[in-house]
Amino acid sequence: MNPQFIMDGLIAGAIIGLGAVGVTLTYSILRFSNFAHGELLSWGAYLALAVAGALGFLSAGLTKPIAPFSFGWALPISTVIAIGLTGLLALAVDALLFSSFRRRGSAIIIMVMASFGASLALRSLLEFLFTSRPAYFTKALQIAMKLGGGLRATPDQLLMLGVALVAVIIVHLLMTRTDIGRAMRAVSENPALASIAGIDVRRVIRTVWFLGAALACVAGIMSGLLIQIRPYLGHDLLLPLFAAAILGGIGSVPGAMLAGLIIGLCEALAVQAVGAEWRAAVSFVILIAVLLVRPRGLFGKAS
Amino acid sequence: MTLDILAYAAFFLSMALTYAIICLGLNVQWGMTGLFNVGIAAFVAVGAYTSALLTTPPSPDRFGGFELPIFVGWLGAAITSGLLSWAVGALTIRLRSDYLAIATFGIAVTVQLCMLNLQPITGGAFGIGFIPRPFAVLQENALLFSLANFAVMAVVVLALYLALEHLAKSPWGRVLRAIREDEMAAQALGKGPIRFRLQAFTLGGAIMGLAGAAQAHFIGFIAPDNYMPILTFQVWAMLIVGGSGNNRGAIAGAILIWGLWALSAAAVSTFVPAEQQARAASLQIVAIGVGLCLMLLWRPRGLFGEVSPLTRLKSLRAAPSKE
Repeated sequence: MNPQFIMDGLIAGAIIGLGAVGVTLTYSILRFSNFAHGELLSWGAYLALAVAGALGFLSAGLTKPIAPFSFGWALPISTVIAIGLTGLLALAVDALLFSSFRRRGSAIIIMVMASFGASLALRSLLEFLFTSRPAYFTKALQIAMKLGGGLRATPDQLLMLGVALVAVIIVHLLMTRTDIGRAMRAVSENPALASIAGIDVRRVIRTVWFLGAALACVAGIMSGLLIQIRPYLGHDLLLPLFAAAILGGIGSVPGAMLAGLIIGLCEALAVQAVGAEWRAAVSFVILIAVLLVRPRGLFGKAS
Repeated sequence: MTLDILAYAAFFLSMALTYAIICLGLNVQWGMTGLFNVGIAAFVAVGAYTSALLTTPPSPDRFGGFELPIFVGWLGAAITSGLLSWAVGALTIRLRSDYLAIATFGIAVTVQLCMLNLQPITGGAFGIGFIPRPFAVLQENALLFSLANFAVMAVVVLALYLALEHLAKSPWGRVLRAIREDEMAAQALGKGPIRFRLQAFTLGGAIMGLAGAAQAHFIGFIAPDNYMPILTFQVWAMLIVGGSGNNRGAIAGAILIWGLWALSAAAVSTFVPAEQQARAASLQIVAIGVGLCLMLLWRPRGLFGEVSPLTRLKSLRAAPSKE
């Protein structure tokens, strides 16, 4: 068997893991599974594409590739801006939709349903704005380098793996070492008690949305840079995201990342062993297995 | 001319009634029991393919084609979809409420994949044709044929409606409502919520399968494209607009939303230039999504929704204390 599947799996897994961290955070703190999270990935990618396009229009020098990568300075700059914009988008959706359900104390399942409607609207809006034709950050071709052990990777892919690693470490440190991280964990344990203890629950909720959206944006841009940008980019990743969040254990950031990598590797393995057409079923099989054997996931707390 | 319009009206209403059947199935799951199903398209598709395999004439390039009577196909469709719902429900209903939603979403993705890739059974992307249509002998006369088909659909919907209304009033239906409104209290009275929820989910899935079969035999041709996630969204919009918990609302919502959908699609194809039609169609879907959210925000019980006895009591008690 060709060991290249390890590299492919790690890259797909890093994208899934970053998205799953956002899913697991919203699930544990806002207490509902957000079906619109996939759309944050797509929006992140398209927002970065739009900003990068505008930057390239202003100064052609920004699109000149930075050796050895395939993209120019326009992409890193637009990534930072797109992270902010995606965060604002998530906050806007929350303010318009989810906050009023929270205020009314609606059933969890109503929020799930609203997220379902929001995902439909957000995705089709992308299709309307950018059409369903695939788009690319760069047209430059990259030659894969030999890494030894039969593995090959392009400089872009290696950089993205590094970015994913750094992002997860930052989020983990934020959750375990800072005040807002402690506040987030407190709200996820018991919102009523946390607010009595003087924690600003609304600030925690805003942080969760922003953090989840920022990670989703990074994941979307990774997927867009390494594969392509489509309106269905996020929707097609939604099942792997949920599977990773549940496999990792709801609320566990390292668990979600690790589970994302596991799912990515399993997908890549299945592509080699069974065929690419069955790739999307892998996460479903893993999901069912987790629900059967260990519904709380790898690092989840028993309910 | 008037005959043509009449034939078209019968065709349109028959199509709307097939959606009404799906809606009635969803109402058993969501309206009566509060179970969230995001994989409606999958259960409908399984029903459609089962019935198609059972009733089509044999074909050399794929499995199936048993040429059984249409009635057997419909029954088989309800049973297979019911079994699939039972399996999904048995796995997830005892867990958190959104795990069922996630699992049904997974089923939708997987069934889509199976339809496309299990070519020897499902015919792949090209689907299955030559599905026998009821009253095929009348096909010469378009008007009589559409009216006969419409009559079949109307009888099925009416029978289902009466059966479900009866069920809702039966002790079983009362237990379901009790569980939906206050699980703890129902449990204290000795009613196991998991068992009742699973039964309701299975029944709803079986009805969706039946709807899939009815639709397949009405159109005479099925392909994976008919069972995209948009079908799930449409049915949800129908039930939410019509009013969850209310069977009449489910049927009215189906006809209303299908009418709006067909009208707006016709408007798009006449008024929008050909190269912009895909974009205009995506706006149509944005409208469904936004409409669904607005309905949940402003009128969660829908146009004809049931007001639950407990909510009525709560609002009566809450009103004086506010003043």
